[in-house]
Amino acid sequence: MDLSILIEKSVLVVILFSVSLAVAAYSTYAERKIAAFLQDRYGPDRAGPWGLLQPLADGGKMFFKEEIIPNASDKFLFILGPCIFMTTALMTSAAIPWGKSLHLFGRDISLQVANLNIGILYIFAIVSIGVYGIMIGGWASNNKFALLGAIRASSQMISYELAMGMAIIALLLTSNSLSIRDIVDQQAGFHWNVFYQPLGFIIFLVCAFAECNRTPFDLPETETELVGGYHTEYSSMKLGLYLFAEYTNMFISSAVISCLYFGGYHFPFIDSLNLPQNVAAIISVFVLFAKVCFFIFFFMWIRWTLPRFRYDQLMRLGWQMLLPLAIVNVLITGAWLTYFK
Amino acid sequence: MGSSALVLLTICGIAFAAGGILLSKALAKTSTNSQKGETYECGIPTTGTSFIQFNVGYYLFALIFLIFDVELVFMYPWAVVVKEVGMPAFVEILVFMFILFMGFLYAWKKGALRWD
Amino acid sequence: MIQYLFFALSALTIISALYVVFSRNPMHSVLSLIVCFFTVAGHYILLNAQFLAIVHIIVYAGAIMVLFLFTVMLLNLNRETEPHKTNWVKIAAVIAAGMLFLTLIASLKMAGLGTYSLPHKSNIGFIQDIGVKLFTDFMLPFEISTILFMSAMIGAVLLAKKEK
Repeated sequence: MDLSILIEKSVLVVILFSVSLAVAAYSTYAERKIAAFLQDRYGPDRAGPWGLLQPLADGGKMFFKEEIIPNASDKFLFILGPCIFMTTALMTSAAIPWGKSLHLFGRDISLQVANLNIGILYIFAIVSIGVYGIMIGGWASNNKFALLGAIRASSQMISYELAMGMAIIALLLTSNSLSIRDIVDQQAGFHWNVFYQPLGFIIFLVCAFAECNRTPFDLPETETELVGGYHTEYSSMKLGLYLFAEYTNMFISSAVISCLYFGGYHFPFIDSLNLPQNVAAIISVFVLFAKVCFFIFFFMWIRWTLPRFRYDQLMRLGWQMLLPLAIVNVLITGAWLTYFK
Repeated sequence: MGSSALVLLTICGIAFAAGGILLSKALAKTSTNSQKGETYECGIPTTGTSFIQFNVGYYLFALIFLIFDVELVFMYPWAVVVKEVGMPAFVEILVFMFILFMGFLYAWKKGALRWD
Repeated sequence: MIQYLFFALSALTIISALYVVFSRNPMHSVLSLIVCFFTVAGHYILLNAQFLAIVHIIVYAGAIMVLFLFTVMLLNLNRETEPHKTNWVKIAAVIAAGMLFLTLIASLKMAGLGTYSLPHKSNIGFIQDIGVKLFTDFMLPFEISTILFMSAMIGAVLLAKKEK
């Protein structure tokens, strides 16, 4: 292997890692500010100008909190749970193309950690592993609330994985590739997949909410029924990892939605400007981030607008509405492609 | 090339998680208290074992999920090659989905997809 | 390089598989089985079969093991609730395991040692090639597997909803 490629990839990994963490940290700030805005309040405004240092203060606080490991818990698994959840949340970012390739030091540098030819399935697999972080944590706590929260979380996540997979299959029918970069490049111009797969997009979006355990699907941690759900017994940085990983998941799923359905780093009419390669690459990164920020905002907007589902409603939506709809969507797309193309 | 970068990212993730926990362990003050390690149930002493009886529905949904997950795995190759193979592939998947849909309808009629 | 990776992965696979059997805690068993599946997926990647590796993780680690974990959680399996086994059961288990051992030894004796080169240039593990093969040459087995799925689904529903 070329040493320069190794260095290039390492730099990319470190940047991507820091950006994911920074976005996740500032999502917590954004969440509180947006909640405040929607409820006509001020939100955090003490730490720094407009409360901008609030995430740092919150993070620092987590480090200084005393950690409590319950006597009845399985100590090793208790620590392993949040670590798995955090690691899987960060690993999904590898398959996402963050921009067009840069041209530096006489060669092209692709802004993607790994251009896997099975990119979507990679994300899918990592997401399905993330369930274990919650299940292990909830089981190891040896607490009724935590156990119930963990089982709810895993049951919910697997239920919505199916409809999500079906939505992705309908998308694959049009793209014929599992590589996310290919899918993004096919949407150059204004051929965004959301116009060809509107139903698939809505199904995918709803499932993304459920996979991230966001309101209205936050049943695993319903504070009114389960205290804190699967992380009831967690404190200190281990709780911090769980909460942080949730925001990272939200960031990554926003990026996946932008890439699969909204053209990723492409924006109409920018290609016709004939910008130099590096300028175009940097603009493409900002385009993607603008889309990602919109979806993060959308996640929060929904959270502070809709009430939570009941568990039977959640299951009915997943199995009796989204799954049949997604199957019908696949059949319609397949029939369309077979007859008219 | 891609896989080594993936390994690097995984190591970064593990390092962040483990480092965070270790750093907090080093920084935070500790105090011992006989009640601190007890199971937290909003202040009420816990009764019995934590492993309570669950609704069997969770298990049933996991079973049905497993079958559909395997079905999905068969459909990924189909979605990728349907343009290449054309009509035969579409007819095949129609038969495939029809048979599976029968199973799905059966589960639906039996109330297996209803949470109670 | 690949050879060392292969040996490291194989060692991990065997260790985790042994831990599945020897661990007294069912939760630890299940988790080390997940590790075992991951290392097997690593073997697939070494064989250049990425699609199979990912499918292996999605289906085995992602779906089947969730079911196993639910079982462990639902039945609350631990040392206190371990059912008492009579001597007859133990003797039967020893005989069955001994016969399996004999079969394994016999099949290993038949197998010859040989060299195997990794199919680096072949694309057989890629999703396009699998798809084309599956939907042209292996049409009938594919359709028959559907019936298997349906019977599995009906069986699952019947088991769980018996009393209605």
